[in-house]
Amino acid sequence: MNLRFVLLVAFAIATAALAAAFDYGLQPQKIAEGTYVLIGKTEDFSLENGGNIQNVGFIVTSAGVVVIDTGPSKRYGEQFRAAIRKVTDKPIVKVLITHFHPDHFLGNQAFTDVSLAALPATIKGIQAMGGPFADNLYRMCGDWEAGTEPVVPTVAQVGGVETIGDHTLEYIALAGHTDGDLAVFDRTTGVLFAGDLVFFERAATTPHANVAAWLDSLKRLREVPYKKLIPGHGPVVSDARAIDQTGTYLEWLDVTLRGAAEKGDDMAEVMARPIPKQFADIPLVQHEFTRSVTHLFPALEQQALAAGK
Amino acid sequence: MRWWCLCLILVAPAAIGAETKDPLDSARWEEMRKQFFPGERVVFDDRVKVSAPKFAEDSMNVPVTVNADGLRDVQEIVVFADFNPILKVLEFYPDRAKPFLGFRFKLQQASPVRAAAKTSDGVWHVGGAWVDAAGGGCTAPGAGRAAAGWEKMLNEVSGRVWSAPDLSRRVRLRVMHPMDTGLAPGIPAFYIEQLVLRDNRGTSYIRLKTFEPVSENPVFTFDLPAGTETAGPLVLSGVDNNGNKIASTIKP
Repeated sequence: MNLRFVLLVAFAIATAALAAAFDYGLQPQKIAEGTYVLIGKTEDFSLENGGNIQNVGFIVTSAGVVVIDTGPSKRYGEQFRAAIRKVTDKPIVKVLITHFHPDHFLGNQAFTDVSLAALPATIKGIQAMGGPFADNLYRMCGDWEAGTEPVVPTVAQVGGVETIGDHTLEYIALAGHTDGDLAVFDRTTGVLFAGDLVFFERAATTPHANVAAWLDSLKRLREVPYKKLIPGHGPVVSDARAIDQTGTYLEWLDVTLRGAAEKGDDMAEVMARPIPKQFADIPLVQHEFTRSVTHLFPALEQQALAAGK
Repeated sequence: MRWWCLCLILVAPAAIGAETKDPLDSARWEEMRKQFFPGERVVFDDRVKVSAPKFAEDSMNVPVTVNADGLRDVQEIVVFADFNPILKVLEFYPDRAKPFLGFRFKLQQASPVRAAAKTSDGVWHVGGAWVDAAGGGCTAPGAGRAAAGWEKMLNEVSGRVWSAPDLSRRVRLRVMHPMDTGLAPGIPAFYIEQLVLRDNRGTSYIRLKTFEPVSENPVFTFDLPAGTETAGPLVLSGVDNNGNKIASTIKP
């Protein structure tokens, strides 16, 4: 065995390992007629998961494929598109972005030949924050994000009903998790893509949240006669458990932070509070609670201080 | 007997090490000791409790409480962060307050944040915690800079007092100020240097010397023990490094 052979084998192993390292292993799961989801890990962004922490999906209609969210990176977008191609050779006719958070739209680069649609507030958010978001994910996920650049959707989506081939889709324009949260209800199959208005078995995130508006949006989603609900993060459900969990957690968060501000707690003291038993087992709840105090407490604190004058 | 001697040899260096070895294992500790406590006695002490999040969700606003209530006769508390470009955050003199303080500060990168409490015997008692940060807390301009008219609100104070059944009081206050570090391009250092909270007879509860790393529009939390209450409002006064005065009263 000469040295050149050894080097060649070593090189081949290293290349294979590297290729495997950047393979998201995407496996679309069929959850209804023509309807597929790709469920991400209920984790925070990391070098290990490459940012694959969110759910995306697609609907194969007789007129072509509708894609809902594109994932956290250029690589993800490309692998997602390849995974769709394995299911159907129908063209992709529409891509809907549910909101402006990076794990939901940074795969857009793989879909630039298709009309990319999002609520106006989402378009505005991606314009303003796309660059910093991509930089931040590169910092957390490393080379999984190689070559990722934000692509701003060009079609302003409005709420309403649209028939695409043999599916009738209802676009529900909401807000609360961000300034623009699009839910997509497929009336043909009864599948509701809730975006990040609903988290399940993964603590809700609040960096751009308006909790009161969010709770209103959940009320609206409860009225939807869905058979299956795809949360933005966490497993698919066929009942109200996911909406209930998100709703009760947000209500607790709101009451807790308001109460703490009103009784004069310092922000660091609020962060040190224990999580109630009811929520303690939700993955990442401690982490997200710390983040949420940072996002939401200063405004409540200021109201409480103003009341003292 | 021989066995007993061996134990003594093993235990003794460990005991000495516990007093001098930095529990936060920071490469900068020896430098901090030289800079902040030259020639003075320093001990690491769990009774100086520094509470901060493990990571900075917002590098411009890292919330911290320091509680040295387990120590007797605290004269002064100094807060600093080993890896910040400007090390010292503040000096706190709890004249008639509990040795407790809440505040927020800007963190440029992962660093220990430390509080050193000086007791009347001249010994510095040091506690601290690591905070991870993505970076940029000190060299980015403050958010308020982007809003028009921030200067009209300069040095405005909002504050509130909460009285407990045992007559101890909590005071929280916010002062509107950009607290510019001088490290963001094109923006010179502009920060509050001093705040004093007094009763209406002019006797101080606390004195604070603040430095560039304190957060924009800073919010502070103090605790006043029972027996320090007087009729009339609390009086806050202060000054920034441009000579602008801060003057406000807070109703009890």
